[in-house]
Amino acid sequence: MSGRSAGFRFIPGGTTIEETAVDYQLIIKVAPFFAKAAWSTVVVSFLSFALGLSIAFPAAFCRLSQNRFLQIPARVYVSVFRGTPCLIQLFVIYFGGPQIGIQLEPFMAGVLGLGINIGSYMTESIRGAILAVSRGQTEASRSLGLNKFQTMRKVVLPQAAGLMISPLGVNTIALIKGSSLVSAISVLELAYTAHRFTNSTYRPFEMFILASTFYLVIITLTSKAIRNLNGRFAYEK
Amino acid sequence: MQGLEFSVVFENMNILLHGMFWTVVLCSSASLLSIVVAVVLAMTGISKLKPLRSATFFFLWVFRGTPLLLQLFLFYFGLPQIGLYLSPIITGIIGLTLHFGVYNADVLRAGILGVETGQHEASRSLGLSYFQTMRKVIIPQALRNVSPAVGNNLIALLKESSLVSIITVPELTLSAQRAISETFRPFEFYFAAGALYYVVNWGLEFILQRVEARTALTR
Amino acid sequence: MISLKDIWKSFGDNQVLKGISLEVERGKILVIIGPSGSGKSTLLRSINHLETIDRGEIWVDGVQVNAPLKGRKFEKHINRVRQEMGMVFQHFNLFPHMTVMENITMAPMLLKKIPREKADAQARGLLEKVDLADKMNCYPVQLSGGQKQRVAIARALAMEPKVMLFDEVTSALDPELIGEVNKVMKRLASEHMTMLIVTHEMRFAAEVADHVIFMADGVIIEEGPPEEIFSNPAHERTRRFLFEVFKS
Repeated sequence: MSGRSAGFRFIPGGTTIEETAVDYQLIIKVAPFFAKAAWSTVVVSFLSFALGLSIAFPAAFCRLSQNRFLQIPARVYVSVFRGTPCLIQLFVIYFGGPQIGIQLEPFMAGVLGLGINIGSYMTESIRGAILAVSRGQTEASRSLGLNKFQTMRKVVLPQAAGLMISPLGVNTIALIKGSSLVSAISVLELAYTAHRFTNSTYRPFEMFILASTFYLVIITLTSKAIRNLNGRFAYEK
Repeated sequence: MQGLEFSVVFENMNILLHGMFWTVVLCSSASLLSIVVAVVLAMTGISKLKPLRSATFFFLWVFRGTPLLLQLFLFYFGLPQIGLYLSPIITGIIGLTLHFGVYNADVLRAGILGVETGQHEASRSLGLSYFQTMRKVIIPQALRNVSPAVGNNLIALLKESSLVSIITVPELTLSAQRAISETFRPFEFYFAAGALYYVVNWGLEFILQRVEARTALTR
Repeated sequence: MISLKDIWKSFGDNQVLKGISLEVERGKILVIIGPSGSGKSTLLRSINHLETIDRGEIWVDGVQVNAPLKGRKFEKHINRVRQEMGMVFQHFNLFPHMTVMENITMAPMLLKKIPREKADAQARGLLEKVDLADKMNCYPVQLSGGQKQRVAIARALAMEPKVMLFDEVTSALDPELIGEVNKVMKRLASEHMTMLIVTHEMRFAAEVADHVIFMADGVIIEEGPPEEIFSNPAHERTRRFLFEVFKS
């Protein structure tokens, strides 16, 4: 496997805990490591988000196109990447890649895998939003003499933009949680850090509290940002 | 670069099929149990007892806001510490059940609140108790209303079940890893595992569409 | 100005237009009446190429709308042709993300490259014409149905079309709002705009029409000046329709 190994090694024979109280001192001691890991979770998520979105927009337009040579590849992309587990996709890229001459660092492979995966979900969100703009809008615009592209740019997309924020927001939250999967290809982020410290300290509950806190903070802030953005498109209410 | 050689996959198909069997077992049991968990959490979530309600909300909030992987770590390492030595499969089922129980509870709670108040009043006026009303009148309607959303969660569950390979549950993904450690052909086996997931996923979507068409008819 | 020759159109097995021919002269007003499902809306939408006809020819101001062109060439052609026609819909179809002003100025600025100041001035004039000068900075949601429809008329007029097509423009309005829209249309009529109107409003039709067509089941049953059609219809089918309409 050209020196590649899975991110996790389990130390056998877990021990029973003697003291059941939460060890706050330990939490304080390892918190800085988690903070650093949280930052890489943010970076990985953000880059995957950007990659996903830049795949999803063209893919959504291909999916909506009447041209079969554009439509069919987009359909296959969406179907395959939504129809198989993200973890498998990451493994194919990271462990399988070298076999076909693509040797990526864990971080790159992780961002690539997450981005392509979430892109397939985002494609459907964008397509749904575009289709949700009523037919009458297109007809009115076409009857004024605007062509397909002008209609898309001036009439459909500005309305679809408001409609796609919520579903894309759902995708983004899923992506942040899903970014934990890159720990399995040894990217040093929150889940990986939680796992490593659990192995070395035997304090799973404390590590869960720590990692959860960071995830909850990241996700709560992101949800807030999404809600704010959604509020700006409230002309229809 | 060693090139691709898919024939090894067919030679070791048994390993993968064995894993697929456990994936199906894992997902069916976790999905059924997750609906039970969802009903319980939905009920406590709309309970009149404030502490119970708050506790439910807190639990839902934490479980919705954290990755499944982290929850699996908690159970895998944490359960032995409180004296519960369970097989990886049982641990995996517990993890998936709670994770998707939370998602389904959210959906179901909205479904219960979506049933008209008239239904509740009509049932109570017949003399049914609160729990009888819930069991006989409200929850069956709510389940029907939310069946598409629960279906989507089941599809997600199938894909997410691959994560339990990380806590050594011998399902499809872990089987692929085992085959790879013998053959050193990761691309072929992960690709094949992906194909098998795709097939099961396709079958599941097909069944769910059928179920939905049928419930839509009886509505 | 508008000339339709032997128009045929089907949706699957359902033949909705069966050989319709008609003429509208410059500055004249043609009103099409008929029961729902008679194909009158489909006919009107075909003139704007919102529906593709199976057979026949559509001519507007000497240009064939369904010209025998293919692909991109036809696209270019139809966009030019549509700029010469104004269309008003039953459900207004105002753009909800634009103000009243932007709804009106968008197409002229984009397609005719008219500078903003000029487009704005023109829009203000049009809004005065439809009695909505005070609403120019509103969004469509803030308007009543009647106001929305008047903005939609102004939007279509902003392209300075040679003909106006009205597709049941008062059908979705509350009864008390119909009058204000009809008033605007009458004003247009007095300015000798060429208009093709599909409507359920018989009284309005009788007042503005130069010529009336009664359609049923995809064919023209009878046509003539409004006095004739409304007071002395020749066909049993027309009589029955008018009786049902005026009874209610």
